[in-house]
Amino acid sequence: MIALIDYGAGNLASVRKALAHLGATVTTPDAPADLASAGGIIVPGVGNFGVTAALGPDWQTAIRSHIDLQRPLLGICVGMQWLFDESEEAPGHPGLELLAGTCRLLAEENSADGRTGPTRLKVPHVGWNSLHLTKPSWLLDGVAEGDQVYFTHSFAAPVTADCVGATQYGIVFAAAVERGHVGGVQFHPEKSSDVGLRILNNFLRRVS
Amino acid sequence: MLSKRIIACLDVRDGSVVKGVNFEGLQNAGDPATLAQRYNREGIDEVVILDVTATIEKRKALAETIQAVAREIFLPLCVGGGIRGEEHAEAAIEAGADKVGINTAALAQPELITSLAARYGSQAVIVAIDAKREADRFKIYVRSGQQGTDRDAVEWAREAADRGAGEILLTSIDRDGTKQGFDCELTAAVSSAVPIPVIASGGAGTFSHFVDVFTEGQADAALAASIFHYAEHAVEDLKEHLHAHGIPVRLHSASQESEGRRQKAE
Repeated sequence: MIALIDYGAGNLASVRKALAHLGATVTTPDAPADLASAGGIIVPGVGNFGVTAALGPDWQTAIRSHIDLQRPLLGICVGMQWLFDESEEAPGHPGLELLAGTCRLLAEENSADGRTGPTRLKVPHVGWNSLHLTKPSWLLDGVAEGDQVYFTHSFAAPVTADCVGATQYGIVFAAAVERGHVGGVQFHPEKSSDVGLRILNNFLRRVS
Repeated sequence: MLSKRIIACLDVRDGSVVKGVNFEGLQNAGDPATLAQRYNREGIDEVVILDVTATIEKRKALAETIQAVAREIFLPLCVGGGIRGEEHAEAAIEAGADKVGINTAALAQPELITSLAARYGSQAVIVAIDAKREADRFKIYVRSGQQGTDRDAVEWAREAADRGAGEILLTSIDRDGTKQGFDCELTAAVSSAVPIPVIASGGAGTFSHFVDVFTEGQADAALAASIFHYAEHAVEDLKEHLHAHGIPVRLHSASQESEGRRQKAE
């Protein structure tokens, strides 16, 4: 059973639909205690990092216990950023601090060269961009170098030792991360057609 | 590198796909879910369902059509047409839309852009602008292109972005349905004025029109309907054409190709 955490970070319908398509049983936990029975946890997220403040100490404790039991967790978009220390988007709201690093606005680096017109990079980064596979990964198993996935975000996590897939948009950022049974993707696998479904399926296989 | 997006528009009325010329003379072109499935196989990047008659008939977009399409494809799905307020946007999103396109209502009550962006995130809010050349500027039309306003398209696009729109869907009324090419001048004027992606629409007739709108027009994405409806493999062929002309696009997945080869070998 997959616990899809609904903490008010946007619409979960498409994630739920993609998981159901892959044959997973999905529930939305009402309270942190419900996570004890979950085989895997998905922390979704669209929108502002500050919304993750809804994942208070009780949720964090339950999620940490789940991780300590070597059970899989997948963070999507803001849900992945939340695995890091913090984000510039919401100063003063720490993340789970499982992965080291600060998520930063894509624009700062992009605007530094003062590009305008056709070569100027727009933020948010919206659309399909390619994955550069940086190390062997269960999450990206079967995904080919250069496969494209769908992004929509303004902030991004740094490339660290936990990065398994990197993407370039002005700067190079972590598109997929992995540490043990914990994975995270900056893009939306539920919106990334066959490549995205494969990645979600890799997570489900890790759970069972 | 970020790909230029190719978006298929399903102009829907009463559960069927239709396509008109200059918003009039609608003809039936098929079942939305079947078409969406075909486009997904051919490698479309995104799908827009536009309830073309909704604004006129004051009907909200058909939830059943949205659900049927959302069941079949795992791609970004935008719904527009007849979204007059938060309750219509909510209905579309609950039915399976990732983004909503607002046009007449956004102009009438611009605070709707901000409230939808606060609730669903900017990425879910597309402001659709229908523009028509008049003298040396681009004037906005509302109510499915039937009613002129005194607003300027470039100025309104800037305001919409400031208010929280995540993307602009820009349609040239002059070119819509004509197959004479996108209005690259209009697209470039808006695209260079806003910090958010601009989807060009109206006038796609040949593959070279797409090359033009991505280079000269500075578009981030291009939307078309009939060019995809009536020709099998048009999406794949278009993307090969763009790739050959140096435009970054999402070609068929490398992993899918190797899987295809493996299946053929077996």
